[in-house]
Amino acid sequence: MPSLEKARIISNSKQYHNLYIMEIEAPKTAKQCKPGQFLHIRSNPGLDPLLRRPLSLYDVDKKAAKISLLYKVVGKGTALLADMLPGENLDIMGPLGRGFSLPESAKKCLLVGGGVGMAPLLYLARELRRGGNELLVLYGVGNEKELLALERLEAIGSQVQIATIDGSRGLKGPLIPPLFSEILSNERIEFIYSCGPESMMKLWQEWAGINHIAGEVSLEEYMACGVGACLGCARKARPDNEFYVKICKDGPVFRLDELELE
Amino acid sequence: MDLTVNLGGIKLKNPVAVASGTFGYGLEYADFIEPEKIGAVIVKGTTLHPRPGNPGPRIYETPAGMLNAIGLENPGIEVFLREYLPRLRERQVTVISNIAGNSIEEYALMASLLQGQEGIAGIELNISCPNVKQGGIQFGTDPETVRQVVAAVKKETSLPVIPKLSPNVTDIAAIALAAAEGGADALSMINTLGGMAIDINRRKPVLGNVFGGLSGPAIKPVALKMIYQVYREVDLPILGGGGIVNHIDALEFFMAGAAAVSIGTGNFVNPCLALELLEGMEKYMQEQGFSSIQELVGIAHT
Ligand SMILES: Cc1cc2nc3c(=O)[nH]c(=O)nc-3n(C[C@H](O)[C@H](O)[C@H](O)COP(=O)(O)O)c2cc1C
Repeated sequence: MPSLEKARIISNSKQYHNLYIMEIEAPKTAKQCKPGQFLHIRSNPGLDPLLRRPLSLYDVDKKAAKISLLYKVVGKGTALLADMLPGENLDIMGPLGRGFSLPESAKKCLLVGGGVGMAPLLYLARELRRGGNELLVLYGVGNEKELLALERLEAIGSQVQIATIDGSRGLKGPLIPPLFSEILSNERIEFIYSCGPESMMKLWQEWAGINHIAGEVSLEEYMACGVGACLGCARKARPDNEFYVKICKDGPVFRLDELELE
Repeated sequence: MDLTVNLGGIKLKNPVAVASGTFGYGLEYADFIEPEKIGAVIVKGTTLHPRPGNPGPRIYETPAGMLNAIGLENPGIEVFLREYLPRLRERQVTVISNIAGNSIEEYALMASLLQGQEGIAGIELNISCPNVKQGGIQFGTDPETVRQVVAAVKKETSLPVIPKLSPNVTDIAAIALAAAEGGADALSMINTLGGMAIDINRRKPVLGNVFGGLSGPAIKPVALKMIYQVYREVDLPILGGGGIVNHIDALEFFMAGAAAVSIGTGNFVNPCLALELLEGMEKYMQEQGFSSIQELVGIAHT
């Protein structure tokens, strides 16, 4: 069951440019977490900005009751978050939303994470490995300094292939299927998970369709309530549908066969 | 300490309600707050037929507030009665239904469908939704239409009827008087203020619906003024809201003339607010020597 909790900030530091990792201690919340879910956090006690912000669970250590959050400073809320200090309290609500499903029997899984889209995939990778799954992770960023999750991904025993826009590491180019065609032609992928820019995920959705591979994606949207009460984070699962799904409650994770990405 | 309120015939265990559209159908927040402890849960605006709502983006944060253009997405009154109401009744939640129609006849028809349903304490008439092309606001800006809608609904039901007034008018007191003439049992005010935002990179309005409704602390002074005005001119209990995020805000509303208050956007910030407010209010009342919330209502009027 999700809860409200004042979590204690253990660390909060800039990793590179506008990318930060915050670690919090949240005994009530941590034990409830599943990969792909999110925390709805308040970045300041004042009135501006007013609303909570959804942040993916980047990593969770249930034994130590610790949760890590990976975030990019993009606006007022995340800028205030970046200013918070160890020892301070963070007002969190969660875990919320529908997370990733984990295979019942061990599979070869492909994880495709673009930029901060890697945020929900690290904890997923950890849980997948615990379940004995074999992982190939495709990790795409602008330049190699943004590969914040790389060490942890390798430490849990996943095979990682990198793409950078500037060619500073791995393949040079965007994280799209053609760039990895050679690598993928030798793999027997059984399930795909992805998070990142929607235009990128759309190409992977097409690739998965052609190769008859099932999978899941995690979507992002501005949210107000986070629990399906305000109906603010609506989108159509398919353009010609009449009704809308809510990212916070029906998602943020959706099966590839549930929606048409744009 | 007496916190009970009689809001035009609706007995509230405490004077804090949660506002329509911000609390779903009452159970979405149940992991965080027990809805049966809240003074009243005003459920999402419901229409005769299901409505898909507006295309996104539907919400946008603004300084100390937010814009929304949900467009009254709801499953229709039949689904509400069949699927949601029984669960609320089982938990003994004080439910106020919120309805919006496309015509005076549709408001009346919905009122007749609610009549006799066990578990509904009252009807809030949404004649002030700024986000739909038909229904809502066009019924709330002309005094004569307001009178007719309220009278038509009153004919169909014995439930207390609470028109929800729009702040997007030049003379709120005239609208409130018309609602009283139509037979309203109480008044709910205010709904959101019309607003918009523009994305300078796309050079387009942010909201899918172009216009939205502004809510949150940014509108509190407007809400207070309108309630203060209406309290002077109309002899009906007021359910006051608009920007309440703490007990001090709430106390201001009581002093301006609200008999009870509603929390909307504040729920998104703190889902437990509706009950936490009570503690702050009680403490203030104790310290200042008040024994009943009714003593505070309209006390700021000289
Ligand atoms: C996301 C959202 C949805 C709303 N939906 C409705 C609705 O369906 N019916 C209605 O009468 N008011 C609706 N409102 C208005 C609120 O009930 C309330 O009157 C308004 O937001 C002002 O109060 P606040 O500043 O406390 O939010 C909605 C407000 C928001 C923010």
